[in-house]
Amino acid sequence: MNEMQVQNQNQTRNQSQIRVMLPQHLRTLAQTGREVALQVDGPVTQGSLLDALESTYPMLRGTIRDPATRQRRPLVRFFAGKQDLSHEPPDTPLPAAVATGDEPFLIIGAMAGG
Amino acid sequence: MSGVRVLVGTRKGAFILTSDGKRERWDICGPHFAGWEMYHLKGSPVDPNRLYASQTSDWFGQTMQRSDDGGKTWEPVGNEFFYEGDPGTHQWYDGTQHPWEFKRVWHLEPSLTDPDTVYAGVEDAALFRSVDAGQTWQEFPGLRAAKGHLWQPGAGGMCLHTIVLDRNDPNRIFVAISAAGAFRTDDGGTTWLPVNRGLKSEYELPDPDADVGHCVHSIAMHPARPDVLFMQKHWDIMRSDNAGDLWHEVSGNVPSDFGFPIAVHAHEPETVYVVPIKSDSEHYPPDGKLRVYRSRTGGNEWEALTKGLPQHDCYVNVLRDAMAVDSLDACGVYVGTTGGQVYASADSGDSWMPIVRDLPSVLSVEVQTLA
Repeated sequence: MNEMQVQNQNQTRNQSQIRVMLPQHLRTLAQTGREVALQVDGPVTQGSLLDALESTYPMLRGTIRDPATRQRRPLVRFFAGKQDLSHEPPDTPLPAAVATGDEPFLIIGAMAGG
Repeated sequence: MSGVRVLVGTRKGAFILTSDGKRERWDICGPHFAGWEMYHLKGSPVDPNRLYASQTSDWFGQTMQRSDDGGKTWEPVGNEFFYEGDPGTHQWYDGTQHPWEFKRVWHLEPSLTDPDTVYAGVEDAALFRSVDAGQTWQEFPGLRAAKGHLWQPGAGGMCLHTIVLDRNDPNRIFVAISAAGAFRTDDGGTTWLPVNRGLKSEYELPDPDADVGHCVHSIAMHPARPDVLFMQKHWDIMRSDNAGDLWHEVSGNVPSDFGFPIAVHAHEPETVYVVPIKSDSEHYPPDGKLRVYRSRTGGNEWEALTKGLPQHDCYVNVLRDAMAVDSLDACGVYVGTTGGQVYASADSGDSWMPIVRDLPSVLSVEVQTLA
């Protein structure tokens, strides 16, 4: 990695450029690709990440969190760093690797069916 | 040249079928919204290119879609359905009270006069309206005041699934809810009355004549006679000649008076269509024969329409929003099945043909007659 790349990486990390991977149906709805990049101001938590996602892609409001309760929908899961973060409180800081953009935050449609 | 556009909602996407006025050859476009449950799609009678669609998913909740070009392209619109004030509770399956919770939009009814106004019937049962082409939605809370604490869900949920607008009186709206009954407003939605007198639910309710609690499946009206309503109830086919003030049974000679949809011929207000289903637990046609029944006498006397419909080993269902009529001459009738077929008749039901088969299970069928 040359000096310029290191500088870019540090700049990205300072701006908390978060990588989020969306499930197929939400990609279609948002008309975007598998992975989106988000700018998150302040502490990077599940809640602030989803706020930024819904702000950038307003058509996703209500699809990940119930619009009335703001709770995660029961059949949506959040994974990162091979961990299931679905049951973490929304204001818990996400793993550093997600906050720095080294690891994506995965939004998953839960397995269902027989 | 005139034509028709059939809007088909299925368990796994929406399909749009088009044909000219002969209704012999069909083009099929879809799936739109592949993988999503499309409970209902309906076009504005004022602007046929304005379509609204309810897109829902057990995973990702409720999304609403609008098209301004007849379904070629779609745009997500507002999906926030917030009950007015504290919605309180309603009866739950175990007899306790349960909080009102929004689940999905079952039915969309575009205004008869304004393409930007559309009504939405939702689960848990409530009526919403948008006056900005679906961007925002406001509830009519007065409906829940009509003994809402006594309403309870049927097996399919407590859904407001039928909205009937009165072309002659913009302040009058009829809605139907499972399992609460039929309701009417005469003041544009501010106040509502249960209109269930004459309905009898001997095996569903402890008081068969109860004011609310009846499992109404569908209501149909001919626009030229807005005081005459036809109803397919859980069991019984009913008719009212006074805008729901009193109902009487017109099941007559149908092989089963259980069913879901009911429709009225576009040009003959006394011609009515139903699809008998064997029972509330056996959701398929009696004797394995898919038969649409037609009454030309406003009920009581029914004839089986079978030509072109499967007459053996047929065990599909036809859901409440899956029958519609066009307004061509002769009137077209359309029926969608849980087996994925859409059957059409271009001669008022005398003969039928499948215009598409092997779709996902059909939830709804609507027809637009195009100039």
